[in-house]
Amino acid sequence: MSHGAPPGVPSVADSVADGVADEDRIELDKAANRAVRRRSFRLLGSLLRPMRARVARLVAVVVAAQAARASGPLLIAVGVDEALPRLRAGDARSALWYGAALVAVGLAGGALSWLSIRLTAAVSQAALLDLRRRVFRHCQRLDLDFHGSYTSGRAIARQTSDVDDIRELLDTGAGQLLSGLMFMLLNALLLLLLDPPSAAVLVLALVPVFGVTRWFHRASQRQYRTSRTASANLIGHFVETMVGMRAVQAFRRERGAATEYAGLSEAFRDADMRTISLNGVYDPALVLIGNLTVAALLAIDGYRMLSGELAIGTLIAAVLYAKRSFQPLEQMARFYNALQAAVASLEKISGLLARRPAVGERPVPVALPTARGEIAFEGVVFRYRPGVDTVPGLDLRVPAGQTVALVGGSGAGKSTIARLLARFYDVAAGRVRLDGIDVRDLSFADLRRHVLLVTQESYLFSGSVADNIALGKPGATRDEIVAAARAVGCDGFVRALPDGYDTEVNARGARLSAGQRQLVCFARAFLADPTVVVLDEATSSLDLAGEAAVQHALVRLLEGRTALIIAHRLSTVEMADRVVVLRDGRIVEDGSPATLRERGGDFARMSHHPRGRNQSIPI
Amino acid sequence: MTPARRSFTASLRRVLPYARSVIPRLGFGLAAAVCAALLGLAIPQALRWIVNDTLTGGGERRLWLGVAVVAALGIGEAALIVTRRRTLVGPGTRLESDLRVLLFSHLSDLPLSVHGRYSGGQLLSRTISDVRRFRRWLIFGLSQTCVNAITIVAGVVLILWIDWVLGLVYLVGSVPALALSFRARGRYAVLSRRAQDQAGDLAATVEEAVHGIRVLKAFGRERDALDGFTERAGALRRTELGKAGQRAVMTFAVTGVPDILLAALLFAGLHEISTGDLTVGGLLAIFTLTAVMGGPLERLSEQFAVSMEAKTALDRFLELLDHRRGIADPAQPRPVPDGRGQVVFDRVSFSYDGTQPLLRDVDLVIEPGETLALVGLTGSGKSAIGQLIPRFWEASAGAVRIDGVDVRELRRHDLRRLVAVAFEEPVLFSASVRANVTLGAPEATDEELWEALEIAHADFVRELPDGLDTRIGEEGMSLSGGQRQRLSLARAILCRPRVLVLDDPLSALDVHTEAAVSRRLRTRLAGTTTLLIAGRLSSIALADRVAVLHGGRIVATGTHDDLAAGSAVYRSIVYGEPHAAARPAPTVVGT
Repeated sequence: MSHGAPPGVPSVADSVADGVADEDRIELDKAANRAVRRRSFRLLGSLLRPMRARVARLVAVVVAAQAARASGPLLIAVGVDEALPRLRAGDARSALWYGAALVAVGLAGGALSWLSIRLTAAVSQAALLDLRRRVFRHCQRLDLDFHGSYTSGRAIARQTSDVDDIRELLDTGAGQLLSGLMFMLLNALLLLLLDPPSAAVLVLALVPVFGVTRWFHRASQRQYRTSRTASANLIGHFVETMVGMRAVQAFRRERGAATEYAGLSEAFRDADMRTISLNGVYDPALVLIGNLTVAALLAIDGYRMLSGELAIGTLIAAVLYAKRSFQPLEQMARFYNALQAAVASLEKISGLLARRPAVGERPVPVALPTARGEIAFEGVVFRYRPGVDTVPGLDLRVPAGQTVALVGGSGAGKSTIARLLARFYDVAAGRVRLDGIDVRDLSFADLRRHVLLVTQESYLFSGSVADNIALGKPGATRDEIVAAARAVGCDGFVRALPDGYDTEVNARGARLSAGQRQLVCFARAFLADPTVVVLDEATSSLDLAGEAAVQHALVRLLEGRTALIIAHRLSTVEMADRVVVLRDGRIVEDGSPATLRERGGDFARMSHHPRGRNQSIPI
Repeated sequence: MTPARRSFTASLRRVLPYARSVIPRLGFGLAAAVCAALLGLAIPQALRWIVNDTLTGGGERRLWLGVAVVAALGIGEAALIVTRRRTLVGPGTRLESDLRVLLFSHLSDLPLSVHGRYSGGQLLSRTISDVRRFRRWLIFGLSQTCVNAITIVAGVVLILWIDWVLGLVYLVGSVPALALSFRARGRYAVLSRRAQDQAGDLAATVEEAVHGIRVLKAFGRERDALDGFTERAGALRRTELGKAGQRAVMTFAVTGVPDILLAALLFAGLHEISTGDLTVGGLLAIFTLTAVMGGPLERLSEQFAVSMEAKTALDRFLELLDHRRGIADPAQPRPVPDGRGQVVFDRVSFSYDGTQPLLRDVDLVIEPGETLALVGLTGSGKSAIGQLIPRFWEASAGAVRIDGVDVRELRRHDLRRLVAVAFEEPVLFSASVRANVTLGAPEATDEELWEALEIAHADFVRELPDGLDTRIGEEGMSLSGGQRQRLSLARAILCRPRVLVLDDPLSALDVHTEAAVSRRLRTRLAGTTTLLIAGRLSSIALADRVAVLHGGRIVATGTHDDLAAGSAVYRSIVYGEPHAAARPAPTVVGT
C-alpha cells in the first residue's frame, strides 16, 4: 500500500491501490475508472486462464451450435427454389434430401446447444469455486484493523451478493450473450452468402441497434450505481432495526423507524423506476427496429422479385433471417443488467483482493516446533492513529512459565500489548520476541499454536457445544472435550442442556447466557493447550460464582505456561507471580503482588480494600 | 411455525386489499400486451398476402400497400409495448414499496419471541427479494405468461387455418418438446431449491467466518475455516452443475425440437405446394409464425417456474404478515395508573420456549423508589424477570403489576413509557449520538441530554469529534463496549421512567467506573424504582435490598449484610463458597 498522499486526500493511485476506498463513489474520474476496470478484468482473466483449453472448446461449440441454428432459413430458401420445381415435376427425392438436411442441422444445433450449456456451467462453476475460495481466504488473511474499518456487513456482501452477481453472469448471462451475438453474426453472414443486398439491409439495421445499445449502456451504468446505493441504504436500515428490535420497542420508536424506512423505500422505488424505464425504452426500440427492418426488406426484395431479380425462396429466407436476428437481442438486453451487476461486483471484489494485509507472513518463516514460552518486548512502539503513540516504548521480559498481570486504567495500553504479542497488530518500532525469535519471523501456524489470546468476546459458531469446544483442537476426542469442559467448570450446565454436548448453539448462541458462552470459550482455549496464554478481560461477563469456578480452572490452565492476564478483579490479579502496572503505555511499577503492596505505590492503593478477595481493583 | 398451505389464488386474495389500486392499470397493461402480441402475429399474415399477390401479379401498388401494412403493424406493436410498460411500472413499484413498508411496520409490532425465530437474513430476504419477486411476476411475469400462451394458441390456430396438415404436424411435434421441457423444469426446480439451501448454508458460513474472525485468528483456524467453506462451496457447485444439465435438456427441447419440426414442415409444405393445397406465401407465413412462436415456446416452462417461485415468495411474505401479535394491546386499555412505580410479581411463571419452565411462582415486590438488586447464577432467569416488566415477554401464569395495574391491561406504549430498560448488550444505531440517546425521549433538551450522559458517566461524548452530532454505529465512530453501554444507560435515564430496569448494563466497565455510576444513579435517581441485575458485588452492595433467584424462585430477600450472614445460597453465589444448592444450572424440569 502506498502512503504517498496525506491522510484524507487519497490520490488516484492511492485509492486504486487501496482497493476498497472507492466502493461507494457513484462516479469515478476517468483514470481511476480505467484502473479499476483493468484490475477487474485482470481478476476475471486470472480466473479463466487455468481453463483456457476448456474455454476455447466452449467457444467452438457455441459457434458451431449457432451456425447450425442459423443455417435453417438458408436450407429452406434453397429448398423452396430448387426442390419445389422438381417436386412439381413429380420428383420428391430432392425435397426429401432438403428435409433430411434440415433435420440433421436441427439435431446438430440442439445437441451442440445442450453441450454448450453444460460446458458453460463447468467453466463458470470452476471459476466461481476458485473466486469464492480466494475471497474467503483473503478475508481471513486480512488484518483485524482492516476488518474493524471495513465492517462485517461489507465483508459479507463481497462474498455473498457480489459473488452471486458474477455467478449470474458466468452461469447464464455470458453464454446467452455469446450465443446471441454469434447467432446474429452468423445470420448476417449466411444472408450475405445468399443475397448480398438483403444482408446490406440487415447490416444497416444494426447501426441504430448499436446506437441505442450504446445509449442504454451508458444510462444504465450510472443508474445501476444509484440503485445499488439506494438498496444498500434500505437493507442497512432494515437489518439494523430488526437486529435492534429490543431497543426499538423498549423506547417506542416503531413509528419513527417505519417512517424512515418508508422514505428509504421510496428512494429505492424511485431508482427502480428509472432503471425499469430505461429498459422500457430499449426493449420496444429493439422491437421497432426489427419490425421496420422486415418491412424494409419486404419492400426492397419484393420490388426485386417483381422485376424478376430475386427468387421467392430467397425472399422467404431473407425475411426469416431478419425476423430471427432480433430475437436474441431482447434476451441479451435482459442479461445486460446482469453484466452491469457483475462488473460492479467484480470491481468491488478485485478491490478487496488488492488490499494487502497489514500483518503478513514472511516468505520463509523461522520454524518453531516447540516453544518454552519466553516473551520479550524490546523498545516496542505502537500507534493506532498517526501522532498518538499508544505504546511509546515498552521493554518487558517475561521468563517462561511466569504469570504476569497487566494492571492499569483504560487507555493504559494493556489490550494493545496483548494484541501485539498475539500479532493481531504489528509494532511500529522495536520487536516482540517469543523464545528469542521475532514474532514477525514466525509462521502464523506456529505462532497461533504457541500463543493464544482469549478475549471477552465469546463468539460461538453454529454447531454443537462439542464442536465449539473442539475448535481449540480439531479432531479432539469426546473425552478430551469433556475433560476441557470439566477443567473450566462448564461440564455441569452443558450436560443439563437438552442434548448435552450435542446441543446446537443456534445462530447467535442465544440458548446460552453470556456467562455460559464465556465458559464454553474457556474450554475451547483449555483444549488448545498453548504455551503462552493471554487473557484480555476474558472473565468480565462471568457471574460471581462463575468466576469463582473459573478461578480454580485458571490455576490449572496457567500451570506450566507463560501467561499475560488483563483483569479487573483482584482475585485474578492475586494469582499472578508478578504485577506490571501501566500508565499511558509505560511501566510504572513491576514486581510480585506482595512486594508492590509493601512498596506502597499505585497497586498498593488499588488492592487495599476491606471487602476481601472478590473485590475488584478500582482504578 | 409451518406456513399455512393455501392456493395461489387464495394467497393473491390475501394481498388484494393492498393491490386494489393497481388492478385497473394491471388490466389495461395486460390488454396492451395481448394486443401487441396479436399485432406481432398479424405480420406473417401480411407477408403471406404480399408474397401470394406479388407472385400472382398483384403489381407494385399491392406490394407498397402490403409493406405499409407490415410497417404499421410493426410500429403498433412497439407502441403497445411502450404503453404496457408505462402503465405498469408506476403502480407495480408503488405496490412493491407499500408491501415492504407494511411488512416493516408489522414486524416492528411483533413481540421479540417471534423475532427470535427468524434470523436477520431470513427477514431481509422476505422483505426485499420475495416482495420484489412477487412484484416482477405481477407486472411482467403475469402478462408475459398470458401473452405467450395466447401467442402459442393463436399461432397454432393460424397455422391450422392456413394449412391444417402442417398445423397438425406442428401441433403433434410440439407435444414432446413441451413435455420434455416441463419434465426437465420440474427436476430443475428441485435442484434449484437445493442450491438455494446450499447457498444459504454457504452464506451462513461466510457470516460466521467474518463475525468470528477474531476467534479464528486467535486459534489459527483460518485453514480449517477455508476447508469447511470449500466443502460447502463444492456441494453447491455439484448442484449447480446438475441444474445446468437440466437447463441443457430444456434448451434442447425448446430449440432443437422445433428446428427438427421445421424440417418436417418444409417437406410437408413442399409436398402441399406441389399438389396445390398450399401457396408459397402460406408456407412463408407458417415459417414466420414458427419464428414468432419460437420465443414464447422457449419461455413457457420458464415462466411457469417463475410463477411457482412468485407463489412461494408471496407465501413466505404472507407467513410473516400472518403472525398475530402474541403480545398485543388490550381491547380496552386501562389509563396509566397514578403511583410512584411499585412493581409486583404475583406468582409469575415463565418459559422462553413454552416447554422448559424458567421461573416458577415468582413472588417479588419492588417498592416505589427502591433499588432492588437481583442476584442469581448464570442462566437462572434474572434477565427474564427484567424483561417481563415492560412486557417483552408474557408470563405463562401469574401477573406482573405496576402501581396496581396488570401490565397486560396497559397499552404497550404507555407501559414502556413507564418502564425503561438498559441492556447488557447495548443496541446502538447508525446515527448521531444525540439521535441514539434521545431514542425514547425525542423532545429532550440538550441540557437534559447532558445531564443523562453525566449520570451515566458518558462524558466522553464531549471529546468525540462532533460531540453530540458524532455519527456512531456501523459506518461511524467505533466505540468501546463500555462506551456503548454507557450511552445505552443514558438513553434509559433520559426517558425519566417510573421504573428503571438495569440488565447488567455496566459489565464492560471497569469496576471503579461501575461503582461511580451506581453511586450516581442512587443519588440522582433516588425516586426511581430500580431493578438492578448485576454480576458484581460492588454494585450489589449499593442496593437497598437484594433478592436471590435460584431454581426458578426467589429464595431469599434482604439487605446485603443480612443475606451474607443468613443465606448460604447467597454466599455461594456471591463469594463462590461451596454450597450444594449452588451447583451450576439445576435446570428446572416439569412443574
